Amino acid sequence: MAEYTLDARNMLCPLPVIRTQNRLRSLTKGDRLTVTCTDPGALHDIPAWCRIHGYPVIESHREGDEIIIRIGVSTVE
Amino acid sequence: MFRSAATDTQMSKTRKAISLISGGLDSMLATRLILDQGVHVEGINFYTGFCVEGHTHAIRRQDRERPKRNNALWVAEQLGIKLHMIEVIEEYKQVVINPQHGYGANLNPCMDCKGFMVRKAREWMEAHDFDFIITGEVVGQRPMSQRRDTMPVIARESGAGDRLLRPLCARLLPATLAETEGWVDRERLLGLNGRSRKPQIALAQAYGMDDYAQPAGGCCFLSNEQYSHKLNDLWQARGDRDYELDDIMLLKVGRHLRPRPYFKLIIGREEGENKYLEGYRHTYTHLHALSHTGPLALLDGKADENDLHLAARLVARFGQGRDATTVSMSITPPGQDSRTLEVTPMPSGEIPQSWYL
Repeated sequence: MAEYTLDARNMLCPLPVIRTQNRLRSLTKGDRLTVTCTDPGALHDIPAWCRIHGYPVIESHREGDEIIIRIGVSTVE
Repeated sequence: MFRSAATDTQMSKTRKAISLISGGLDSMLATRLILDQGVHVEGINFYTGFCVEGHTHAIRRQDRERPKRNNALWVAEQLGIKLHMIEVIEEYKQVVINPQHGYGANLNPCMDCKGFMVRKAREWMEAHDFDFIITGEVVGQRPMSQRRDTMPVIARESGAGDRLLRPLCARLLPATLAETEGWVDRERLLGLNGRSRKPQIALAQAYGMDDYAQPAGGCCFLSNEQYSHKLNDLWQARGDRDYELDDIMLLKVGRHLRPRPYFKLIIGREEGENKYLEGYRHTYTHLHALSHTGPLALLDGKADENDLHLAARLVARFGQGRDATTVSMSITPPGQDSRTLEVTPMPSGEIPQSWYL
């Protein structure tokens, strides 16, 4: 189990979702990924992608203009 | 009549289809029709850089309060299927720059675009051991890519051939492999044609779908006249029909004015755009007023001292100091220190209309 980060700041959706998808698929079960974004759409879209593909969103919150989303890898596609 | 063991095996195997999901109603309905026949369906969505989805809403402050969603993701979630989102920005350049079938009314290469996306879906299908491809196309719905005579061209040029199924109009087209092999029942597919949306809306109602993105069109900036004009201008100014992602993103933002063939200005129209343009301060010369509230502007191209003075006067005109005698303007080339120019804002009547892109 390892912690990873992804910087998706200044990217507009759907790029943060695509980068998150691609990164998650390179991880193994038990890993966790923290994504930092600035596009407010990511707050909806990344969790939506996670629900569809079975990745649990551990938490999401805003810090100023930034959105932080922490995702677990409970499945490997 | 006896069936062979091989046929029985084929009958029992769950077939898998990959569906091109745009986020609109047609692909949603097409997918639903095939899901209803017991086929395992997953969605695929391609990001070209020209997709309207989300971008301008994310940039402009006035749109930020609206609820946002990626419609392709939303559709996939409603249908209960996976959605694979694929970035094709680099590969897609050849479609935009050199379309074999030409452009539509603007720089929209619809035929080549559809062929490209079906080809990419076909490659994904082969790599993931899926059986066929679904699209939400309807005969006669679009002037280029969805005509009875061009649909076979897309199937052929994409390499998908008879593994491409269009469930909404399949009954009007020759049977595909999914139908002849009995993976789907052709009788339960549709024979829609024409530009009317009524049948799709009625079908959506029958399925209890009362929330969906506005159907048909408007999903690609290349079909927008003003956007196409700006892209053409970019190519002409650079003498090269090429682009980077940042180029095509910036075409969506701000006022674009070209006072000279060798430089243009991108001027933020409101706070959200100014903030977005700030992200490019280290790549472009940028200007903003010091003495008054005003927009941030990027200068794309080369400019000598006279040009910078002209640029400063133009940008000053779009700020609160537009009627002032003098406005202090900060100019910062990338990687250099800022300096200040005192300028008289250019009266709006002196700005030729031809400068606006």
